[in-house]
Amino acid sequence: MGARSLDSVSVGDVLGPVSVPVGRDTLVAYANASGDQNPIHQDEEFARSVGLPDVIAHGMWTMGAAATVLADWAGDAGRVVEYGTRFTKPVVVPSSGAEIQVEGKVTSVDAETGRVGVELTVTSEGQKVLGRCVAVVRLG
Amino acid sequence: MAVNADFLGRTYPPSGPYPVDAALIAAFAAAVGSSDPVHTDPEAARAAGYADVVAPPTMAVRFAQASDRAYVADPEAGIDYSRVVHGEQRFVHHRPITAGDEVLGTLTVDQIRQAGGHSMITTRTELATAAGEALATCTSTIVVRGGED
Repeated sequence: MGARSLDSVSVGDVLGPVSVPVGRDTLVAYANASGDQNPIHQDEEFARSVGLPDVIAHGMWTMGAAATVLADWAGDAGRVVEYGTRFTKPVVVPSSGAEIQVEGKVTSVDAETGRVGVELTVTSEGQKVLGRCVAVVRLG
Repeated sequence: MAVNADFLGRTYPPSGPYPVDAALIAAFAAAVGSSDPVHTDPEAARAAGYADVVAPPTMAVRFAQASDRAYVADPEAGIDYSRVVHGEQRFVHHRPITAGDEVLGTLTVDQIRQAGGHSMITTRTELATAAGEALATCTSTIVVRGGED
């Protein structure tokens, strides 16, 4: 274990793709851990009543699950120093569950500071669900 | 109900402290599918140079959203929460949040703008320890969908 070495990283390196499953139980666990109990993420009837096709994942769950893939690549979750995204499409989670695909690409490497830029692509059912999802990890 | 532009630039008194413990970190890590031992094993976390187990990078949102509440739930702010969707989120970590931290969040309303019949509100929450050590800057944009009143 431990952080990936900066020397081993180059612009153009690829992360993943990694598939991450998401079920209704995942969303209940995320709601409890995050404090976001909005029923659109847990209650199918409520979600449909506000015009959604079904229960949808918290955008922040999707962002967090993608961060896990990034952190696993970095080798140490404490190395993620910047991370941002737009929420462009919801991840629909039917009772049978769903999954997201996460892949990434190294876009910059600063040998002086150890800051490595990564752009992530996150899709569900073939559609991008996060837009402009970019991170900086600090490697040594 | 219209979003009240008078709140632009307003900074709230710090909210919290929100205590961070190992159980909360483990629960959040499990929910986002992380098995990195720095979240659950104090020895692994210390070996990696941290004081204790480390929060996943997006767990800061828990404290940022708790700090947001004083603003978004204020009837004077004019935010119909049933019409809110999360538009953007960004974190800059100054140091990882670890078990044992007592987190304070200071919220500033950075931007309120209208576009396409919707209101977009950008808030910034500075998370710090009670001793004043900077932890993370969390920037969030919410979209309040327009529509029939």
